Amino acid sequence: MNRVWSLLFLLVPILGTLLIVWAIFGAWPLAGLWLPENVNEYGGVIDHLFNLILWITGVIFIGTGAILALTMWPAKGGSRRAAYVHGNHTLEIIWAVIPAGILVFLSIYQLNAWAENKMDRPVEVVDGEERLVPPSVRVVARQFDWDFFYPGPDGKFDTVDDFMVTGEVHVPKNQPVVFQIESSDVLHSFFVPSLRVKQDIVPGMKQFVWFEANKAGRYEIACTELCGWGHYKMGAVLEVQEEEDYAVWLQETTAKCLAISQSFEE
Amino acid sequence: MSSPQNATASRWSIPGFLGHYVFSRDHKIIGTQFLFSTLIWGVAGGLLALAVRWQLAWPWSDMPIFGRLFEAEGGQISPEFYTMLFTMHATIMIFFVIIPMLAGAFGNWLIPLMIGADDMAFPTLNMLSYWIMWPAFILIGASFFTAGYGPSSGWTAYPPLSVLDAAAPGSGVAQTLWILGLTFVGISSMMGSVNYMTTIIQMRAPGMTMMRLPMTIWSMFITAILQAFALPVLTAGLFMQLSDRVFGTGFFLPEGLAANNGIQVAGGGQPLLWQHLFWFYSHPAVYIMILPAMGMVSDILACFSRKPLFGYKPMVYSICAIAGLGFIVWGHHMFISGMDPILGVSFMISTMLIALPSGVKTFNWLATLWRGNVQFTTPLLFSVGFLSMFIIGGLSGIFMAATPVDIYIHDTYFIVAHFHYVLFGGSILALLGAIYFWYPKMFGRMMSERLGKVHFFLTFILTNMVFYPMHILGAAGFPRRYADPYHFQAFADLLPINQVMTVSAILLGFTQIIFAANFVGSLFFGKKVGRNPWQANTLEWAAPSPPGHGNFDFQPVVCRGPYEYSCPDADVDFLPQAETPPA
Ligand SMILES: [Cu+2]
Ligand SMILES: [Cu+2]
Repeated sequence: MNRVWSLLFLLVPILGTLLIVWAIFGAWPLAGLWLPENVNEYGGVIDHLFNLILWITGVIFIGTGAILALTMWPAKGGSRRAAYVHGNHTLEIIWAVIPAGILVFLSIYQLNAWAENKMDRPVEVVDGEERLVPPSVRVVARQFDWDFFYPGPDGKFDTVDDFMVTGEVHVPKNQPVVFQIESSDVLHSFFVPSLRVKQDIVPGMKQFVWFEANKAGRYEIACTELCGWGHYKMGAVLEVQEEEDYAVWLQETTAKCLAISQSFEE
Repeated sequence: MSSPQNATASRWSIPGFLGHYVFSRDHKIIGTQFLFSTLIWGVAGGLLALAVRWQLAWPWSDMPIFGRLFEAEGGQISPEFYTMLFTMHATIMIFFVIIPMLAGAFGNWLIPLMIGADDMAFPTLNMLSYWIMWPAFILIGASFFTAGYGPSSGWTAYPPLSVLDAAAPGSGVAQTLWILGLTFVGISSMMGSVNYMTTIIQMRAPGMTMMRLPMTIWSMFITAILQAFALPVLTAGLFMQLSDRVFGTGFFLPEGLAANNGIQVAGGGQPLLWQHLFWFYSHPAVYIMILPAMGMVSDILACFSRKPLFGYKPMVYSICAIAGLGFIVWGHHMFISGMDPILGVSFMISTMLIALPSGVKTFNWLATLWRGNVQFTTPLLFSVGFLSMFIIGGLSGIFMAATPVDIYIHDTYFIVAHFHYVLFGGSILALLGAIYFWYPKMFGRMMSERLGKVHFFLTFILTNMVFYPMHILGAAGFPRRYADPYHFQAFADLLPINQVMTVSAILLGFTQIIFAANFVGSLFFGKKVGRNPWQANTLEWAAPSPPGHGNFDFQPVVCRGPYEYSCPDADVDFLPQAETPPA
């Protein structure tokens, strides 16, 4: 009977690892239950780090789980006297220093990925001068929708030709894109799983997110900070288009929106 | 020490039944009061969790039995109701179950007994620390019957959602009741911590040096310090939020806010300020919820491997290190919050560091079991269950400590998986183990070992079936606190796995009936035991079971550490900390 307990604890790392591997390979019935394909130039480092940590923790998970099960595997013939040991200085140092090394390595190794995604906004060269890429869209979150403001033909925000689209935003492929994100009421969070982009939106703060999509397609935006009863339905679509298609879309939408606003003025 | 009876009689007390069982100042009665109250709240918190699970498996469908309680909804969960469910589930489990069961129930029962004292240093304060929980019980309980079914801005209560009446139906009266309720919980915890610190420093039996204290007491001591230093910040934050709500101040509200076309508010404040104040308490609170569990597990593991605890000193130092570092890691909850990303780096480094003492503890527990003569009792199984689950919870923590990875997994089910492995797989399994272990001391009777093992087996398997798949949901990007995620294409495939989890959760709930039956039944029919049924070393086992007023019927004198198991010089495989005089 006692061996059953040992095996029960051994099952945890075995089945646990199996389930993760299964999900990674996307076999039935766990198809589509792992990270979605990354389509952001800056997102690769995040996936790389995720996988690295998965490997490290996976090895420790299996190792400690096996040791745990082994310690519980009872000796033949039942009762025996336990070892009378109070500790071991060398062992304590080993299992403090090795994990410390791994953790310090991880801390340093991740710094670039963090900087790339949250600190160093992309730059572009205009007229021989380097400058930060200006935001191409202003995203305004409100309970429970996403409004996307475009600067209009003059390329400047807060002018008469600005226009707004709700629930859908278009961006060109293979270009660094910056969004300025704002909230008009409570906290929200701008999350695009396929882009590995997430940023809480704090009312009263000026915040930016950036990415460079490398695959055309429609990707979902989800709010990931509780914002009220309708939090669950606060979605929108981000459509990545080939540059030509994007130009056409922008032109058509601009014309359409301006026509509507003119009809209001008349 | 004179006769304990005299000592008790000389103190002020209410006579009769009321004085003995209701307004008692005896630490054991107070501990039992905490234990029963928290177990009952645990049922409420568990039912709320099942309702959450129901909605995730069968969204917008009539909930059987439970649903009839909410006639207005026709048995269906509404989105407002759902936000209340997870808010109250967390609030109750954290503030009414885990913290008061660890500190209130086990802290009260074990501290005087394990250090060889006749009671707490301040018995009246101790009694008040229990009764001051009742205003909290009533306020939070009453909030269920207010507009929006109760507070619904999450247990984290982030403004502006929690402050603007118009932002959510639950952000009206309910939120005010919630703030007042938590204030009383805070007062109770503060009374408890002051008492625990004083008692452990001042009331130890002769010979009980600090380095002879069992790990349970060390962890309770450090936890009390954590509480005492972190709580004032939460209290300040709660009062600022109350003031924003009631007096229209603007600590947490920026200029120009308008929710639901409501009136604009004062402005000039910062929503992030609340998050800093809140997590300055609530990260240490994570350790308040796990350190005592770690302490009790250490004692149980040593006792049932019949082997000295491996690395006593490193264990003590790592608890101290966790507590110390615990004060400078709160920002890891805020990597994505809009906080300066450079500040995020410093919090990332301190968070990585705190993994180290947790790792050291894990290795020491494994080494304690290694070459032991393991006795497969129910408390041991739950403690090993704790260890096995804590390893998962600890390792998944490394993912979110890595700031770039946290960008992706923050506020997804990966986080939900992580903290349930620590708090359910960790704290709750440890608490169940502790109940099985100390039950004979508390009530003088054993719980059924056979039922206990069935209870453990089912609980352990079902726990993993409920919480392990959450890692996979999180990896798929599934956000927390969504009443119905399936209209997103990206999450539509996640329905079947959620249904498996919900069925497991319901079974997990039913499994606890075995425990309840065992707990109540053993009060009347359990096998009567003597002082030391487990042949353990620590002092509480030298007192009668259950101990009378004043605890010990002799003056315990401590002559050794708490973990002298299987010493080759002794005939038996245990050497109690103090010799019991012959009867
Ligand atoms: Cu939201
Ligand atoms: Cu934390």
